[in-house]
Amino acid sequence: MMVTSESELAEAIAGAKGPLQVVGGGTRLPVSGEVLRVGISGVKLYEPGALTLVVGAGTPLAEVEDLLAAEGQRLAFEPMDYRPIMGSEGEPTIGGVVAANISGPRRVQAGACRDFLLGVRFVDGQGRVIKSGGRVMKNVTGYDLVKLMAGSWGTLGVLSEVSLKVLPAAEAVATVVVHGLEDAAAIKALSRALGSAYDVSGAAHIGQGTEARSLVRVEGFADSVVYRAGRLRELLGGFGEISVEDDPARNAALWKRIRDVEDFAGRAGDVWRLSLKPSDGPVAAAALRAAFGAEVIHDWGGGLIWALVPAGADLRAAMGDLPGHARIIRASADTVARLGRFHPRPAPVARLEAGLKEKYDPRGIFNPGLMG
Amino acid sequence: MQMPTPDQTILSRKDHIVRRLRTVLPDDAVIDAPEETRAYECDALSAYRCPPLAVVLPASTKEVAAALKICHEEGVPVVPRGSGTSLAGGALPTEDSIILGVARLNRVLETDYDNRFIRVQTGLTNLSVTGAVEDEGFFYAPDPSSQLACAIAGNIAMNSGGAHCLKYGVTTNNLMGVKMVLMDGSIIDLGGPCADMAGLDLLGLICGSEGQLGVVTEATLRILHKPEGARPVMMGFDSNEEAGACVSDIIKAGILPVAIEFMDRPVIRATENFVGAGYPDVEALLIVEVEGSEAEIAQQLARIIEIGQRHNPVEIRESGSAEESARIWAGRKAAFGAMGQINDYMCLDGTIPVSQLPFVLRRIGELSGEYGLGVGNVFHAGDGNMHPLILYDANKPGDLEKAESMGADILKLCVEVGGCLTGEHGVGVEKRELMDAQYNADDLDAQMAVKDVFDPAWLLNPAKVFPLAATAQRRARPMAAE
Ligand SMILES: Cc1cc2nc3c(=O)[nH]c(=O)nc-3n(C[C@H](O)[C@H](O)[C@H](O)COP(=O)(O)OP(=O)(O)OC[C@H]3O[C@@H](n4cnc5c(N)ncnc54)[C@H](O)[C@@H]3O)c2cc1C
Ligand SMILES: Cc1cc2nc3c(=O)[nH]c(=O)nc-3n(C[C@H](O)[C@H](O)[C@H](O)COP(=O)(O)OP(=O)(O)OC[C@H]3O[C@@H](n4cnc5c(N)ncnc54)[C@H](O)[C@@H]3O)c2cc1C
Repeated sequence: MMVTSESELAEAIAGAKGPLQVVGGGTRLPVSGEVLRVGISGVKLYEPGALTLVVGAGTPLAEVEDLLAAEGQRLAFEPMDYRPIMGSEGEPTIGGVVAANISGPRRVQAGACRDFLLGVRFVDGQGRVIKSGGRVMKNVTGYDLVKLMAGSWGTLGVLSEVSLKVLPAAEAVATVVVHGLEDAAAIKALSRALGSAYDVSGAAHIGQGTEARSLVRVEGFADSVVYRAGRLRELLGGFGEISVEDDPARNAALWKRIRDVEDFAGRAGDVWRLSLKPSDGPVAAAALRAAFGAEVIHDWGGGLIWALVPAGADLRAAMGDLPGHARIIRASADTVARLGRFHPRPAPVARLEAGLKEKYDPRGIFNPGLMG
Repeated sequence: MQMPTPDQTILSRKDHIVRRLRTVLPDDAVIDAPEETRAYECDALSAYRCPPLAVVLPASTKEVAAALKICHEEGVPVVPRGSGTSLAGGALPTEDSIILGVARLNRVLETDYDNRFIRVQTGLTNLSVTGAVEDEGFFYAPDPSSQLACAIAGNIAMNSGGAHCLKYGVTTNNLMGVKMVLMDGSIIDLGGPCADMAGLDLLGLICGSEGQLGVVTEATLRILHKPEGARPVMMGFDSNEEAGACVSDIIKAGILPVAIEFMDRPVIRATENFVGAGYPDVEALLIVEVEGSEAEIAQQLARIIEIGQRHNPVEIRESGSAEESARIWAGRKAAFGAMGQINDYMCLDGTIPVSQLPFVLRRIGELSGEYGLGVGNVFHAGDGNMHPLILYDANKPGDLEKAESMGADILKLCVEVGGCLTGEHGVGVEKRELMDAQYNADDLDAQMAVKDVFDPAWLLNPAKVFPLAATAQRRARPMAAE
């Protein structure tokens, strides 16, 4: 079933006889139920001078990005394209990005998708149209249901419209590359850079041995980028051999590779995503390598690990006591059913989440079982 | 402004309730003598006062939990309190409520520069968080002007902003985790030193929930390295339209200043009389501050000035030194004080889309004429967060009511042009009855449903945020939960 307006959406939900699988771009999550495709598309308002954009939730992400690029602006949270690792097709929508709170490498500097979400309109499980937030950048009027909806994966309501804060695209970019570091030294280097005054907008570590690369990105006005890349080069000088990449196209390709986890595309095995305290990144990576021979990519200065592991592996068991959480991104339905896609939450928190689900979706029709 | 009628059965059980609280808290942490509870009768919205039944000042999360559990069992409303600087009456008690103050929870628990966070107890003041890390060159970004006094607890509850939030965001963008106690005494942790939540973003929900969902006792906050330097430029214009267009052009040019502050003529004149910052006598004044190395600052300021030149400025003054910067900021920083010299004032906090600035300022001017009350405007122009200051005379009967009614008109105007009632101060009791100007019954119900989940008996700060009539049924609790 495809809806193209908010009122159609509300009707469809109010009249639903059973579970609904909420779908934006058709890159589907494996849950049961009738497909409810959100095709509410189009730009309602775009004011570059106020950095605000209001769009239908079903608007293709690519359309949003093109629109912003024409004004020299962008979605600063750098949403990834999951299609390469998922091996899926379809056109990702802005609603899907918001529902999944998808945020890329720039999260370390700019924040996550939820930090740019100014307002939402959605339809709850009873078919009621609800709005929260608005289109202005500062708004503390009532509870922040906007944050609640970001990252709720369509389990609490179906988004019809989202308002986003956008930012100027950078005039220039450079990446300071440290070669050949072990994980522990690499994460130290990234921490040093992130803890500096030089406004680092990406901090990742890929590869091992002599192939290892620790990447520190700066963006902004051209002179400023040159200056900060130079200072970072000095700051990280003690860690190892350093080079600076300042070619725009090569930078774009490099950070797209990190953002979209391209190294794992088309490879056999399961893909997991771990959120950690950055300094625990090397500890977790070592544990995953020892337990499963995992291949690991560090982003967010060590705070995010992408792991490629043999099918069926349980990474949560291997994490031990490290604070953080692990989410399955790609695995067989059996593995997802056995381990759960989302990391289990402590009982009192799980109770609150279940309570909210019960209030917003009393019939339990939205993406049943997805967030567990 | 109306508050619910106090529950007589609670008042009559005061001794019993206080006695029970004393069994779990040290003697000096339970205050019930009227001459002492009076210190807690209001926050910075001081037109409204009411001493609470009693005050508890726990010194640990465990003590908070124990106190809440008792209040839950006794069916007593609890009003959490940080430093009492709320401008919205968020910490205003009722006669039948217990004030739970977190002032004694004031320790730094952990600083971690590698992972760029600090973990603190929430009674700590905002400024002392930065104080704890500045020797290492770090700072905590959200900086409300009340930062010397206000506590992290209140900042989280109100999702407070500050002068620098254009670049660094408000509290919610800098809050990584909390430890909090639910009304039934259970303790939960949300978030922490790692990014993202495992499940739903309950942390985002807690921030800005005005003490209605739980008592926050610990917070993990993001800290950042200080920029190498910062410097402002001041620009005076003969019309609000030009100043507004200039703001929007700066933003469109891809420059992201840390602050763009706006003052109108009444405020400029008041501050000139008060501190003599040397501002020109113009219709609208902008202060734009940028950060970075010396060269980066110079380059950004040059671009900003070039944009300013296109808008018929009366005067542009670039700061060339720390002293000049201080002088440019002096008037802005003293603005509230300066207006206070003229008369009592009421500070509003609506946000509008930046493009509506000239229209809204003109309308406020007209309303000022209609009501016969002076208004000055000083605000964060980069994000449209207005702070109209309505002047009135507290000793003149009817003047406060007149100011309130004018304030309501201005806030409704903010909503009409696509903005909201409050950008950073919160709803509290002040804007409670205006909520339906912004939200319909279903919108409000979806919000209240959250409180139903966290605090089913509606005991935590129950008479705030939502129109009283809308919460009447939920607040009705004829008896203790026992
Ligand atoms: C842990 C994880 C697992 C993923 N698993 C898969 C997968 O198995 N297959 C795949 O193709 N992609 C998957 N993705 C990728 C990601 O979901 C999509 O690429 C992204 O959301 C792009 O938008 P979309 O429109 O394609 O969203 P969709 O894939 O259609 O939806 C993504 C999520 O958002 C919800 N959603 C979509 N639109 C709305 C809306 N308007 N209102 C409310 N909720 C909405 C969906 O119910 C779903 O939970 C996964 C991502 C992550 C982080
Ligand atoms: C001169 C002045 C300037 C100001 N400038 C700014 C500004 O620039 N930006 C801005 O945003 N605000 C500003 N404010 C408003 C005020 O300072 C903020 O709202 C501040 O965050 C309140 O903190 P507090 O500790 O004083 O909280 P309180 O006033 O004690 O309480 C505020 C709210 O928080 C709740 N609360 C308190 N402690 C807890 C807890 N432990 N758990 C859960 N809820 C709790 C209370 O119930 C209440 O609803 C200003 C106020 C004044 C007086």
